[in-house]
Amino acid sequence: MTSIVRIYLARLLPQLIALAAILIAISMTFPGFLNLEIQNGRLYGSLIDILNRGAPVVLLAIGMTVVIATKGIDLSVGAVMAICGAIAASSITSGHSLFETILITIAVGILCGIWNGILVAVLDIQPIIATLVLMVAGRGIAQLVTEGAILTFNDAGLIFIGSGSFAGLPMPVVVWLVFGVLVALLVRQSALGMLIEAIGINRQASTLSGVLTPVLLIAAYMLSGLCAAIAGIIAAADIRGADANNAGLWLELDAILAVVVGGTSLLGGRFSIAASVLGAIIIQAINTGILLSGFPPEFNLIIKAAIIVFILVLQSPRFRTAFAFLAVPRRAAKTTEQEAK
Amino acid sequence: MNKKYLPLTATILIFVLSYALCAAQYPNILSTRVIGNLLTDNAFLGVAAVGMTFVILSGGIDLSVGSVIAFTGVFLAVVLEHTSMHPLAAFALVLAITTLFGVLMGMIIHYLEMPAFIVTLAGMFLARGMAFVLSIDSIPIKHPFYGTLKGFYYKLPGGGRITLIGGLMLLVFAVGILIAHRTRFGTNVYALGGGTATAKLMGVPVASTTIKIYALSGLLAGLSGIVFSLYTSAGYSLAAVGVELDAITAVVIGGTLLTGGSGFVAGTLVGIFIQGLIQTYITFDGSLSSWWTKILIGALLFAFILLQKGIIHLSRDARQHA
Repeated sequence: MTSIVRIYLARLLPQLIALAAILIAISMTFPGFLNLEIQNGRLYGSLIDILNRGAPVVLLAIGMTVVIATKGIDLSVGAVMAICGAIAASSITSGHSLFETILITIAVGILCGIWNGILVAVLDIQPIIATLVLMVAGRGIAQLVTEGAILTFNDAGLIFIGSGSFAGLPMPVVVWLVFGVLVALLVRQSALGMLIEAIGINRQASTLSGVLTPVLLIAAYMLSGLCAAIAGIIAAADIRGADANNAGLWLELDAILAVVVGGTSLLGGRFSIAASVLGAIIIQAINTGILLSGFPPEFNLIIKAAIIVFILVLQSPRFRTAFAFLAVPRRAAKTTEQEAK
Repeated sequence: MNKKYLPLTATILIFVLSYALCAAQYPNILSTRVIGNLLTDNAFLGVAAVGMTFVILSGGIDLSVGSVIAFTGVFLAVVLEHTSMHPLAAFALVLAITTLFGVLMGMIIHYLEMPAFIVTLAGMFLARGMAFVLSIDSIPIKHPFYGTLKGFYYKLPGGGRITLIGGLMLLVFAVGILIAHRTRFGTNVYALGGGTATAKLMGVPVASTTIKIYALSGLLAGLSGIVFSLYTSAGYSLAAVGVELDAITAVVIGGTLLTGGSGFVAGTLVGIFIQGLIQTYITFDGSLSSWWTKILIGALLFAFILLQKGIIHLSRDARQHA
């Protein structure tokens, strides 16, 4: 058991160090950043705020991780969020119960995922392009549902999902924690994760060796659609309304960034859901940190770009081979030593 | 007929058919005024789409285009407001910057072997961020030279106008077609899209071609930004969001294969016209809401992807039976 924990920690170490560094940097410029207090049975503080505000990106990153692990990408998640927010708002205002609303919304999200999955798995279209279709059309569909207006609602149950609290934590945090643990257990306690990685490394070889590639691919995009649906419900519940134009705008890029920061290669194969979640929290910590430290928010994007480039350079195969020469002599020396013995 | 012309023919057919349908309902759509406006309103998108065509022909993608357009507009507005620099000098300066930006992205893509998608995504954040740093407000451009440039137009019979920017777009397309089909660089772009390894074996200078492609895309995105600033007479860092997607859509509807290696710059022009026509029709109709534009364009995009898949499938079958 301890060895498993140690392996996990070793995998997450770079992300944990990065997060710690960012948190320390913020707390130096903004004293009181690390303070936590309990009011009315709920935790308050900047740290909790980061976990809470980061909820949509964390959720999207969970689905995106699995899709990217299959060597795919899902550009439509932001638009699906907008569609699902619109569906949730229109369903609750037209008199459906909270349970029905959530069920309908999740079904729509999964349906969007099935659409993407079929384009990728059955029609064999490149994932970037396949999901681009829904990205282009999705916001139009969301506007169609809300009829161009911001659809507001007043249902206490739905609002609770956005701003309520459970066991001292804000509801969105509870939702992504539970969902993330469930997905991580599902892929890691079964062979599912390994099969997904196999598809990402070589789809053709996996198919030939008997992996049900199309089913798993569609399932990956379905999961991504489901994540987008939950994120859409949270985003709509948070502002008590569905905004077809701005809900989830550019969040697909933040989700991809979170996965990349988490160390999952965009070329498919190896993946870690916990690392992606940490990646999403790192991004949110940067956003919040820049705001709190009184730094102009205009620099937000430039800092983000710098971080992506830095991480990508570290990940790039060419960079690794360029620095491999540093490792080679040592290994060579060791073998000669062994031979001498 | 050669199969490589099939997507292009389909695009042209769809455009002619839909234009005929629109004209049957609203005969005024045939007037030169509408055609002139179609050119002017889509000029910046067209210029950017030419660059995107080259990138996609080579098998890559450039997501930074919209941000570069916004950056260019804000840069011009700030420079013209705070310095006495002549707009022409400012144009040259900003084109140099955006070209260099493209060169940088091309170098990272080639030398670090990173996917174009993620490199240009970083470029998108960076260019938008630079625009924010320059100014977060919308800055009007009041320089008299802009008025002079706007005064240049060619009057068509029937009251329509081919404005400077509309004409510029057509010129960029003409040059783009020449580069794609009549130069060594153009041949290399197609070869690269067919497969990097094969291209290398054929003696294509992969490094310089890749860098030139992204440099060209950066240059044209900058030029598109200039066109956009002439069109709106303002610079705004939140402008042109999502233009890269419209450009990619125009390229795909224009019949260029997204995996690279096959397609025509001329097709992209028709792709631009089809998108413009949908918008014009919705404006003419008045009862349809603007969101139908997005849905229709999404549907069209999907139809063309399917069409291309079908053609590839058919030609593969034909090869097997030959």
